[in-house]
Amino acid sequence: MLQRLRRQIPGTVVIMWCIGIAILGIVFWGTVATLRSGKYASAQWVDLFVYGIAQGGIYALIALGYTMVYGVLRMINFAHSEVFMSGPYIGYYVALALDQAGLLNRYPVLGLGIVILVAMTVSTTIAVLLERIAYRPLRRAPRLVPLITAIGASYFLSYAFLGLFGSDLKGYPEIQALKGTWNILGVEVLRPQIVVIVAALVMLAGLYLFVRHTKTGKAMQAVAEDKDCAALMGINVDRIIVITFAIGGALAGAAGVFYALLFKQVKFNMGFFPGIKAFTSAVLGGIGNVTGAMVGGMFLGIAESLFPNLVLDGLGIPAPYQLKDALAFTLLVLVLIFRPTGILGERLAAKKA
Amino acid sequence: MPAIHSETRFDWSQPVKTGLLGGVAALLLSLIGVIEASHARPVISGIISLGQALLLIVFVLTCVAAIRRAGYARQETSSRGRLLLCGGVAGLMVSVALAALVLIGNVVNLRAVFIKASPELYHLLTLGLDTGGVLALLMSGFLLGIVVGATYLLPARLRRAIAMALGAIPLLAVLYGAFFPGRRFTLPGALALFVVLSAGSYWGGDIRSLVKQRVASLPPAGQRVYKIALWALVALLVLLLPTTGSYPSQMLDLVGLYILMGLGLNIVVGFAGLLDLGYVAFFAIGAYTQAVLTSPEIRWLGEVRLTFWEALPFSVLMATLAGVILGIPVLRMRGDYLAIVTLGFGEIIRIVALSDWLKPYIGGSNGITRIPKPVIGGWELATPGRLYYLIIAGCLLAAVIAARLKHSRLGRAWMAIREDEDVAQAMGIDLVRTKLLAFATGAAFSGLSGAIFAAMITSIYPHSFHLLVSINTLGLIIVGGMGSIPGVILGSLALVGLPEILREFSEYRLLIYGVALVYMMLVRPEGLLPEARRKLELHEAEAAE
Repeated sequence: MLQRLRRQIPGTVVIMWCIGIAILGIVFWGTVATLRSGKYASAQWVDLFVYGIAQGGIYALIALGYTMVYGVLRMINFAHSEVFMSGPYIGYYVALALDQAGLLNRYPVLGLGIVILVAMTVSTTIAVLLERIAYRPLRRAPRLVPLITAIGASYFLSYAFLGLFGSDLKGYPEIQALKGTWNILGVEVLRPQIVVIVAALVMLAGLYLFVRHTKTGKAMQAVAEDKDCAALMGINVDRIIVITFAIGGALAGAAGVFYALLFKQVKFNMGFFPGIKAFTSAVLGGIGNVTGAMVGGMFLGIAESLFPNLVLDGLGIPAPYQLKDALAFTLLVLVLIFRPTGILGERLAAKKA
Repeated sequence: MPAIHSETRFDWSQPVKTGLLGGVAALLLSLIGVIEASHARPVISGIISLGQALLLIVFVLTCVAAIRRAGYARQETSSRGRLLLCGGVAGLMVSVALAALVLIGNVVNLRAVFIKASPELYHLLTLGLDTGGVLALLMSGFLLGIVVGATYLLPARLRRAIAMALGAIPLLAVLYGAFFPGRRFTLPGALALFVVLSAGSYWGGDIRSLVKQRVASLPPAGQRVYKIALWALVALLVLLLPTTGSYPSQMLDLVGLYILMGLGLNIVVGFAGLLDLGYVAFFAIGAYTQAVLTSPEIRWLGEVRLTFWEALPFSVLMATLAGVILGIPVLRMRGDYLAIVTLGFGEIIRIVALSDWLKPYIGGSNGITRIPKPVIGGWELATPGRLYYLIIAGCLLAAVIAARLKHSRLGRAWMAIREDEDVAQAMGIDLVRTKLLAFATGAAFSGLSGAIFAAMITSIYPHSFHLLVSINTLGLIIVGGMGSIPGVILGSLALVGLPEILREFSEYRLLIYGVALVYMMLVRPEGLLPEARRKLELHEAEAAE
């Protein structure tokens, strides 16, 4: 009897479930301890939550680039974090020029629009060039090969920016119209956060409609489903792949400017953490799944902003915000162990079988 | 179709395009600052600097690429003029790109955006003649292209010998300057070296086959003596290297530590095909265990302090354990997922080590200092030159273990998993055990490296264990050739040793890594010193076509 049970449930699975339950227990315990201590007022929780949504919107926009490329090519575009960095970096010089001309403060909407457009263009160009130079020749190579190329391209881009523009933090110019707070439903929210949330939501909705309802969007879905079959149906696969990279790049460029609005600075290596977190979001939502990336991004943004105070504080860990960045990695590892298909990832799981 | 080709007119667009691409490369090198930074290092004293040599290399490569792409038949006299023109045009286009930079830079202050666009750079690009030098730049680009074209017309063997010698001289000059500080090549010396190198390269193949023949004709005992003598020579060279000074020894120590790590990661990535980007975690665990057990600063484990040798087994053991523990959850993952998750593990370790949470135990951001150096029988390995021998011993041990494992049953099982997990399992390979053994062995090597590292620099901080260490290690085994043990050594020398010598390049180190990774994957995925089996696998498709 015991032997049959052992054969049915392998040892590693039991160990892993034990670890999972232990982790949930710790999280629960920490949360209860924090809430009972009453250390934080409810207004602080709301602030953290709104900040989490803004952050989550940015993650979602970047995550789309990962997830769409994974959908069509089955590869992790490791260099996507540098695509994200390059847009706002060039945008910084444009913003600086606009600021000196006084345009940024006189017509903030127009000025910001120009900066975002420039950033999107730069990121798109870099994403498309990457595909053309680094990935296209390797489309039939073993799976590790394009991944290593992507890592190389990522380092090349990031350190080329360092060499060209220097290693210092570049402070984005302040926009007067975005200083202070707006009152939304009785809550005072920082203005950049509102702008970022609204713009990100609009873009996410636009992308969703594009993928679902346009001919190109449907072609992208077809290529993601089966490249060879799509080619037989008369879809130009190379073109769709380029479009996928371009859209991913454009969204990442916009996300980069939003990031710069929130944190008011750019740096050559600013892409690494948002990149890896956006990837985590994509995996959380189920990689290859567009809706999943959006949900995953929002979830991660909110979790990351609440988690250190909500859970770690209750566990008595000093300076919990220092461990904020470890959360994304921990979540990533946990999701991949317990639900490799992600929250909404049924589609891909069925295909792998 | 050379006959038809010789009838057609000169095709301008191709050399112009190729030349402009080369020009973009030259511009990038200039604006990133590589050229100016390496200008300070002479190749031939007073004649040419490394920066100028780099620019020359870009010129030559561009012209060669343009001529190759045009596909002129070398034997035909009628196309020779066009071949020369093709090289000249390509060279001219590179110059045009650089000249444009100088001209624009003289009107607009490019420095507000490109911080390296300095007057010194323009001065260098215009051959020291400033604005008037633009013409000189254009002329010399064109002439250089024609010279390259003329060299291209030489017999292939002679051309290759010249190219080899010209390429080797900057490298040798840099090495010479590093091992013998203050010394540099003079013009006569460089010329003599050029003659010797090109002659050696020209007749190198003949000499090698002659020696091989002679050795093959020796009796078996003689052959053995020859082999032993060769190895003894290599060993002597390796042992004598640190006598050249303290700075080269430091560099060699670092190279040695990376060889150790590379050998370990080679087992995980090269043999078993598990892309581990969090390899630095084991290095960190080895180093921290060593530090916690030996440093007098850390008291929570009791008052007794271990010596280096007493702590070493624990360091390796802890790293190995960590390898198994981190290995269990990722057993089911493949390829790119595995890469990202292991990367996550590496970062978690670093972030946790940096936080205040574990500060009482491992020092937080202050790190752990006063780690004692190893002592052998009252003889303290205090200098980099002495530590070198310890590191060499470690590398030797690891290399022997790796080489023995490679052809063992376990090694073959790893390679089977690398090729196809499902088939390997169907053949009766225990995936769990085999994969965990790969992680554990790799982690043990890394832990050993980390422990020696801690004793070498005597104080460790979390930021020493950055993701970059993993990427460096991965880079060196890829450049050397995945799965190949000599490749790891060559890779470390090239990717760790060379940048250490070229300290002015430290800012560009990762840039060069990035380019090297992409280039290797696109052009030579099997690496510089490939493992025979892997080479076959990677070129299987081409052979089939």
